[in-house]
Amino acid sequence: MTTKRTIQLTVNGSVYKRMVEVRMTLADFLREELNLTGTHLGCEHGICGACTILLNGDAVRSCLMLAVQADGASLMTVEGLAPGETLHPLQQAFHETHALQCGFCTPGFLMTAYAFVKETPNPTEDQVREAISGNICRCTGYVPIVQAILQASRGG
Amino acid sequence: MKPAPFEYFAPTDIEEALDLLAQYGDEAKILAGGQSLMPLMNMRLARPRVVIDVNRLSDLAYVSPGADGALAIGALTRQRAIERSSLIHEHHPLLAATMPFIGHFQIRNRGTIGGSIVHADPAAELPALSLALQAEFVLRSATQQRVINVTDFFLTYLTTAIEPVEMLTEIRLPPWMEQWRWGFQEVCRRDGDFALVGAVAVLQMDAQAVCQTALLTLFGVGGTPVRLHRAEEMLAGRQVDDRMLNEVAKVVAEVLEPDSDIHASAEYRKEVGGVVARRALQAALGQVRGRGER
Repeated sequence: MTTKRTIQLTVNGSVYKRMVEVRMTLADFLREELNLTGTHLGCEHGICGACTILLNGDAVRSCLMLAVQADGASLMTVEGLAPGETLHPLQQAFHETHALQCGFCTPGFLMTAYAFVKETPNPTEDQVREAISGNICRCTGYVPIVQAILQASRGG
Repeated sequence: MKPAPFEYFAPTDIEEALDLLAQYGDEAKILAGGQSLMPLMNMRLARPRVVIDVNRLSDLAYVSPGADGALAIGALTRQRAIERSSLIHEHHPLLAATMPFIGHFQIRNRGTIGGSIVHADPAAELPALSLALQAEFVLRSATQQRVINVTDFFLTYLTTAIEPVEMLTEIRLPPWMEQWRWGFQEVCRRDGDFALVGAVAVLQMDAQAVCQTALLTLFGVGGTPVRLHRAEEMLAGRQVDDRMLNEVAKVVAEVLEPDSDIHASAEYRKEVGGVVARRALQAALGQVRGRGER
């Protein structure tokens, strides 16, 4: 039985080569193998969105992918958002509007918002609400998250 | 919440994939988008001994128009690609308009049309749409290929007529007529949820606003999506007014035989089935020349 495979992938611009168990999810790989624990595990069945990352530019649920499926891919996680010491505009906006409390859902929201704003640079509030409908937050009641995304997308 | 151990294959061409299916048959599950299978595997509700990852079969992702306006969609086409396809927006407005109802965009970035259809969740949009659009499916095994009509495909919850050694490779849609009108209604508690109940209406009207043919499909109302033939017969050849629509709604509610589950009771699905059927028909009637709003 082939239980392990070698994969090579790029995460936040850095290339990694690792041997992984075929049944390891991409989320677990990022957290356990690469120590990129910014990607969170909420439900592990695709509902909560806490594990959202970018795969070749598309927002996906990393809990619903196997690490071996990311062989050859280019990934972006929340650790790749901020350029150095400055916060990414989305992160800055989340900070200013109090769009996070416990912060558990936040990486997933940031990656979702990042992908969304790239595709829809001037969204309406309704569009933002629909775009984030696949991410669950227990703390904030969502209003400040919507405000943060609108603020960031307006360049504010 | 981790999958049980399995043997993993990632074939790079379809013959390889079909040979693997022939070899492992019902011990194997095909992994396409993973948006339905991975949750089941993570929760260990599914424990396939073998996983055949078909994501490298890029030849199976396509949207191809036929000469007569028919459409062939490769089973591995991502739902997001269908959503963004200008060809589909132009020539299959019902399909284009309903794609955004499927889960969330993160799901659609990975989920495939073939995967959703073979998974056959009765509350899912694509199986219902394939029934409403009178699709045909191409099923291939290592030894043969067959084409099956959608009416013979969905058997019950999560069960289709596909054999363990077969793979769905293509979805064929007949041409969409520009004069057809359509309506789509779905009831769910939150944006992106599976439907509690949903309806798809396609009407062919003549110049005198008489309904020539009606296709009415309901989903979330039992083990498979269903066509409401009795309601369709009521509408055929008739001028459709509010009184008629209310009659249709009543018949739909009478005829449906859904089950109760944790999301909704049978009574709820019956009653709301009638309501969404009426609303979908009303939406169809309200359209001009097949182009309407969501």
